[in-house]
Amino acid sequence: MQEKNRGLALFTLLVFVFLLGPLVIISFTSFEPGTVLKFPPEGFSWRWYENIFEVKMFMKTFGTSMFVSLVGNLLALLLGVPAAYALSRFQFKGKGLLNAVFISPVLIPGIVMGFAMLKYVIITYNLPIYAGLLIGHTVIMLPFIIRVVASSLSNFDFAIEEASLSLGAGKVETFFKVVLPNIRSGIIAAILIAFLESFNNVDISVFMTGPGVSTLPIQMLTYVENNFDPTIAALSVLLMIITAILMFIIERMMGLSYFTKRS
Amino acid sequence: MALLTLENVSVAYDNQYILKDFNVNIEKGQLISLLGPSGCGKTTTLRLIAGFLEAKDGRFLFDGKDYTRVPVNKRNFGFVFQSYALFPHMSVYDNVAFGLRLRKVSETEVKSRVEQILDVVSLGGFEKRFPKELSGGQRQRVAIARALVIQPDLLLFDEPLSNLDANLRINMRVEIRRIQQELGITTVYVSHDQEECFSISDQVAIMNKGVIEQLDDPAKIFKYPKTEFIARFIGFNNFITFGERTEQDGESELRVGGHRFSATHNPGTANASAKKCAMRPDDLIVTTESQDLEANRLPGTVKISTFLGRSYQYVVETDLGDFTVNQEMETPYKSGQTVHLLFPKDKMVLVD
Repeated sequence: MQEKNRGLALFTLLVFVFLLGPLVIISFTSFEPGTVLKFPPEGFSWRWYENIFEVKMFMKTFGTSMFVSLVGNLLALLLGVPAAYALSRFQFKGKGLLNAVFISPVLIPGIVMGFAMLKYVIITYNLPIYAGLLIGHTVIMLPFIIRVVASSLSNFDFAIEEASLSLGAGKVETFFKVVLPNIRSGIIAAILIAFLESFNNVDISVFMTGPGVSTLPIQMLTYVENNFDPTIAALSVLLMIITAILMFIIERMMGLSYFTKRS
Repeated sequence: MALLTLENVSVAYDNQYILKDFNVNIEKGQLISLLGPSGCGKTTTLRLIAGFLEAKDGRFLFDGKDYTRVPVNKRNFGFVFQSYALFPHMSVYDNVAFGLRLRKVSETEVKSRVEQILDVVSLGGFEKRFPKELSGGQRQRVAIARALVIQPDLLLFDEPLSNLDANLRINMRVEIRRIQQELGITTVYVSHDQEECFSISDQVAIMNKGVIEQLDDPAKIFKYPKTEFIARFIGFNNFITFGERTEQDGESELRVGGHRFSATHNPGTANASAKKCAMRPDDLIVTTESQDLEANRLPGTVKISTFLGRSYQYVVETDLGDFTVNQEMETPYKSGQTVHLLFPKDKMVLVD
């Protein structure tokens, strides 16, 4: 018993080392004063953090990423909340299929999704780059919105909705006054999770970007191809911090179990 | 004229009828219960009246108006749910005020009406609490207050007490009856608990397979069930299927397998189509005293004898089948003993 526990502890430790080790190393190297990525760093400097803000493309693509993630988020909410509601509330034919279709962007490799969308949506309809990016990111976020919102609706007693109707409220009024306030934390978590997914996405975005328009992760890839300085390490640390803060908020809102729970 | 009428109403899911050509009339001011086993259509009937379900065919008349297509939120009926269905994000006050605010009642009037109705359900002082801070009984009283405060034209209860413990259930049903009578509000009450229905209702409708088998006042149903289903449902578990029946002098003579029984005609129940006679285990008598084999007597053997505490329960085997009898005795009969069963003629109820 004791032996087994020790083995398990070692295994867990290794998993953590492999998961977190690279992040720790990146964090250290971001403070390197020299011009080449090095571990361990030879000193301490904020130099490359300052450099992030001097690279114009980073600033520009950060703006694009924010725009795409936020507006796409809004679109995904408008589509996803009603879909999640319908999937939780009603029994109908083809419900399982519909569920699978909505979740499929998570299951299909991003490269495949991205390529398919490029070929059959963007090129076929000759869409401008921004429109393509927005559609792509809405599709990335939709399954997360649907899953998380449906998950918070699974604890929702729909008798409450009927109570509201019987007291004289219309259907729309009932949704806004009774349903929405009770799944608010689920919706906020959905927004944050979807935002992270979209903001960090590379595999689908790479097909949607074009001349002069790129997202931050794509720009980071491009940068690494041509530069070896620790700017990327510094930027990665900033992104990690933002992610950690958002995750903390999500955890506070409804617990991380919403990532693992099957809807 | 009845306040509420369901006229040849049908409800079906996937071509399976839950209710078919269903009819009922409910008088103003009454509390009527729909009682029956699960799947009998009682909740469906209630939800149809509330407007949560739409009838496939038929009409729903309320106060002389056709309500068949009137949506839920225009009906002004109060509904009390099994799960209470309070709004978890609102205080007791806001829960109760919800319906009033939708009716654009001024805040001063909302305040006085909410306070008044909370007094009626004995929850004065709980305004600021949230549903999760209340016990089951308190939640249910908030739910009742919320349904009452809008001064509904009809009050509907769907198994309101089934989530409460036994003692609270009894208190709450007394409370519900008191409030209903105090406000004189017409009420439809659904439950699968007989005692609950019989104790609070003016009228009980016993439902089976989408049909009301009997609609009567509780005492009458309890004494004189009309059908075998109802008889079994309320504890008659001895039946004699008779071959022929002749009527005379307010009595029926029943013949079966060489035996004769006479049964008193009970008020308004002797059905011409009756095929069976039902008896409660408490009403039969087991005896060893030998007398001439006359009507309403049946020889038999004690098969099983069980001690129940206050009484003994015997299963007596006869040539008309087994009969169950509960009887208080000092020295009980033993298994295998030869006995006679006596059937008091006023306790033999003819049923369909």
